[in-house]
Amino acid sequence: MTAGSANPSRPGLAGPGGLARAASRVLHAHPRLRLVGLLAAPMLWLVVAYLGALLALFLTAFWTVNDFTGSVVHLWNLDNFTTLLGRSVYRTVAARSLGVASLVTLLDAAVALPMAFYMAKVASPRAQKWLVVAILTPLWASYLVKAYAWRVMLSSDGVIDWALGPLGLRGPGYGLPATVITLAYLWLPYMVLPIFAGLERIPQSMLEASSDLGAGAGHTFRAVVAPLLLPAIVAGSIFTFSLSLGDYITVKIVGGATQLFANVIYDNLLTANDLPFAAAAGLFPVSVMIAYLAVVRRTGALENL
Amino acid sequence: MTLSRGARLALTLAMGAGLALVYVPLAVVLVNSFNTSRTFGWPPAGFTLDWWVRAWQAQGLTTALWTSVQAGLGATGIAMVLGTMAAFAVSRYRFFGRQAVSFLVLLPIALPGIVTGIALNNAFRTVLSPLGIGLGLFTVIVGHATFCVVVVFNNVLARLRRIAGSLEEASMDLGAGIGATFWRVTLPSIRSALLAGGLLAFALSFDEIIVTTFTAGAGVQTLPIWIFGNLFRPNQAPVVNVVAAALIVLSVLPVWLAQRVGGDSGGGRL
Repeated sequence: MTAGSANPSRPGLAGPGGLARAASRVLHAHPRLRLVGLLAAPMLWLVVAYLGALLALFLTAFWTVNDFTGSVVHLWNLDNFTTLLGRSVYRTVAARSLGVASLVTLLDAAVALPMAFYMAKVASPRAQKWLVVAILTPLWASYLVKAYAWRVMLSSDGVIDWALGPLGLRGPGYGLPATVITLAYLWLPYMVLPIFAGLERIPQSMLEASSDLGAGAGHTFRAVVAPLLLPAIVAGSIFTFSLSLGDYITVKIVGGATQLFANVIYDNLLTANDLPFAAAAGLFPVSVMIAYLAVVRRTGALENL
Repeated sequence: MTLSRGARLALTLAMGAGLALVYVPLAVVLVNSFNTSRTFGWPPAGFTLDWWVRAWQAQGLTTALWTSVQAGLGATGIAMVLGTMAAFAVSRYRFFGRQAVSFLVLLPIALPGIVTGIALNNAFRTVLSPLGIGLGLFTVIVGHATFCVVVVFNNVLARLRRIAGSLEEASMDLGAGIGATFWRVTLPSIRSALLAGGLLAFALSFDEIIVTTFTAGAGVQTLPIWIFGNLFRPNQAPVVNVVAAALIVLSVLPVWLAQRVGGDSGGGRL
């Protein structure tokens, strides 16, 4: 892939002594050179452009903004962090965000487990193929469209109110419960698919052995399936947790006046034009996610993505 | 384990309920796009095709759609090249920091989009502005490519782990250069994985709104940005609903394509 081509119709097959041939020979003799060639572009992009940008962002967290001119003052201090940790409103919003992300993850796991179980162990191979497609298809439908669908569902005189009406109940309307429901809906396929793949990897013979040794379905699930399935569930939770933690759009669409932590970041950057403070606030979800990834690495979940 | 009749029934019911949960909201949007009522009271007051006609003429909609397609194609192209290169490096070589490469590729999608968004926004404004490059389509593509690399990487890596490197060695032993070996031996065997990853990358980019918000600047509107901008305008509700309905219908297309391409499952790995 690194050698140029002298003849477009037969790439890489230049005449004897051609430049491509020479380059190919050098590369063939030096695997390290091939490795450098392969890694140079992706690493330049991800390390220099991406990590560099992240690092620069977190350096600005230690600066402040001049209240009058709105320009960034390059004076090292911890003001942003003292404000973040000191004001109770930020602690409340952070706790709320963590709660929402955890609740969404639990809800998704609870809904996804039986679905994945049915797909992997009950459905016929033919039905299974269609069910995978049925779970995948909404993943391709736009994120905004799905959040919008719940805005329609939850609106007053919407479908939920209409369905609950005969029971004398009303839907939750827009607010925190609506946000949790919508986020759980949005990320559900990210949980179903890894669990399904994880179940598929458990050999049927192992389940039969457990059953032959006298374990009931419940016991087999606890003693055999659950430990083997944990990395898959954790892999799904990386998506559900991280995506919920960083979301500020869904909460704007169905959350009413509710604020999540990502809204704090967004508002500080776009409304208050305070990049240093937004950067400091951004460190919260990042450190949570890095801690989360570091913990779950041991379960082998990262290989299950 | 042998599931009892009761357990099978319970699982079947759970599957049915789950599927209903997934599809009812989408169906409601579809039905509503024909609803005569502007406020979408349920059940629909009557049915009309009016909104679909009007959506065609909605201001900025087709431009936004075109911008999204361009951004998606650009980001997918970059992600396919970078992701494949990184996947080759990780699967065919043993080197110090190999784990770190996998981790680094995953990072842009594992970290909250808003952090990636403001980090890139800050970097673009600091580095590119002095060069005379403002925020626009170019910066959107760069931003999208960053988090699209991982899906191509994962798909190609999964395939490369299954195919043996011995085929490539045989090709080179027979006198083919590195380029010819890549085009004639390696590429055909990873093609479907590459396409599945590319398809997923395009979908990710086409759908992205958070990183886009921070990298697009004022003049550039992708389709999600357009939808979000019109979502809270009551008199635009019918048009937004039609766009939403159209996107739901169109989401069948990539799934069908992925099946044709024959990648892993319906749409490749996440």
